[in-house]
Amino acid sequence: MTSGKGSLVLARSPGSDDAPAISVQDLRMRYGDRDVLDGITFAVGSGEVLALLGPNGAGKSTTIEILEGFRQRSAGEVSVLGVDPAGAGESWRSDIGIVLQSWRDHGRWRVRDLLRHLGRFYVPFDDRERTRPRDADELIELVGLTEHRDARISTLSGGERRRLDLAIGIIGRPRILFLDEPTAGLDPVARRGFHDLVHDLADLEETTVLLATHDLDEAEKIADRILILDRGAIRAEGSPDQLVRQVAGRAEVRWSRAGERFVHPSSDATGFVRDLFRQYGEGIADLEVRRSSLEETYMAIVAARESGLTLTTIGDFEEATP
Amino acid sequence: MNPTMSATRIGIDRGWTEFRQSLTGPDAYSFHVLLAVVILIVLWFQRHHSLPGTSLSLATVALPGVIGMLVAFNTTLSAALVVATEREDGTLLRMKAAPHGATAYVIGASVRVPLATVLGILFILIPGLILFPHLSGAGLGGWATLVWVLVLGLLATMPFGMIVGALAKDPRTPTQAAGLVGAVLIAISGIFYPISGMPGWLHPVAEVFPYYWLGLGMRSALLPGSAAHLELTGSWQHPATAGVLGAWAVVGLLLAPTVLRRMTRRESGSSVEASRQRAAQRVG
Repeated sequence: MTSGKGSLVLARSPGSDDAPAISVQDLRMRYGDRDVLDGITFAVGSGEVLALLGPNGAGKSTTIEILEGFRQRSAGEVSVLGVDPAGAGESWRSDIGIVLQSWRDHGRWRVRDLLRHLGRFYVPFDDRERTRPRDADELIELVGLTEHRDARISTLSGGERRRLDLAIGIIGRPRILFLDEPTAGLDPVARRGFHDLVHDLADLEETTVLLATHDLDEAEKIADRILILDRGAIRAEGSPDQLVRQVAGRAEVRWSRAGERFVHPSSDATGFVRDLFRQYGEGIADLEVRRSSLEETYMAIVAARESGLTLTTIGDFEEATP
Repeated sequence: MNPTMSATRIGIDRGWTEFRQSLTGPDAYSFHVLLAVVILIVLWFQRHHSLPGTSLSLATVALPGVIGMLVAFNTTLSAALVVATEREDGTLLRMKAAPHGATAYVIGASVRVPLATVLGILFILIPGLILFPHLSGAGLGGWATLVWVLVLGLLATMPFGMIVGALAKDPRTPTQAAGLVGAVLIAISGIFYPISGMPGWLHPVAEVFPYYWLGLGMRSALLPGSAAHLELTGSWQHPATAGVLGAWAVVGLLLAPTVLRRMTRRESGSSVEASRQRAAQRVG
């Protein structure tokens, strides 16, 4: 582990005896004089689902595109399935699944025809360990497009199209699946369906998933672990639970006394309440202690950056601030 | 089967599938049919206008030239359009995400573009042969000439079309460029009227580009040998035709892979997203 501002403890995932599926060391990306990625370090264990969470412009897509091998980095070490994506070959490519943003491509193709067509690229990479590609019809059923298997892709709804995008991403039975803002623009029902699907996939197939999203809800639902990325640096990381627990100090205490209501944010809610009772005893009514939600945690982290403040309350976070 | 071989086959199937897809839908043939009808009507009115020193009508002499022009124009334009629009709509990126997908993509486009060109020619050639019986005056040897001129013409123009498409920032650029450049080259290359009617200083300019040679080659394939005296040297100049078209083909085939690879390498989710937003602004 190197020191420096990007230094972080590498992730421990279940079964972390294996080499991590993805490892990133001090990754930097610079356009002109602007640092889009300012030395980030993290790892994703094999079979783990990691969310890169952050506002627009945080560097999420840049990170994912570097890992996909679609973008050259300025500096740092990157390894995906033990290989540097910048010079990786087509055999490596066959182990990578990418769910692209929904575009207008292949609109004239029919759902099943396109899946079969794209599946054929994986035939030479079929081996005893993994049967590849997936059967197009089974996959169509898995993503719930059976009714539309002969439909032209241009006639699909946004949610259907998204499920097709996912099907295309996993047709080659990838070891790693990259999802970049996968549910942007979907209605809540379609989103839920998509999340369930990714969940099943990660559970059943032990696929390593790296998700980039600005949607906290999505990160919480899908990911084993969340990495909060903001302005090119990692601000916090942990499971959704850990993130909340680590800022549990930022609880809000509400009570009333003599008909008057009080609210007090406290980093030591228990101590504060103890003092409160010691001082007023029976006078305290309507006591309520609210832990920060993950959303508040996230907002606190991102807002602190935006106002230029440093967070002192995020005790155990692996902070990456200078 | 090794992956590269496999990708080649997938690419060929892809090209054929996309060609078939282009034949379905209400407006599938409208461009070809409209173009054919307009050209044939124009030529029909010139069927009695015979060229000096021959029994051939202007229409009969012009039609092979028009076919040569269409080979050059349609191939360049559609190759450029396919590459430019499919880069913008994410097709290329989607293919790049599959192993050897970019190779198959280029092969697919290289199959589909010539098929469309040939189809477009048939829409004019077949009614033309019926309307203007002097065509096919060169016999069986003429058909052989038509095939080699067509193949060389496709090879001379398609790689350049793809290069234009790869360099274009906006999918509208190829149409504008092809319209402009094409119009000039068609005007100076003796397509609708023998080039000997053009000022002499324009001849060498026309002779640099495939339009003139494709027109000449097609005339040599479809007109009786006596019509050769209308040409600049009084002959069909087959070696020069093969030489110039072949040179364009070699240069194009050498440059295109590098340019296409460079274009493909630059594609990523955010670059397609950025061009999607540019496209949205154009419409909005």
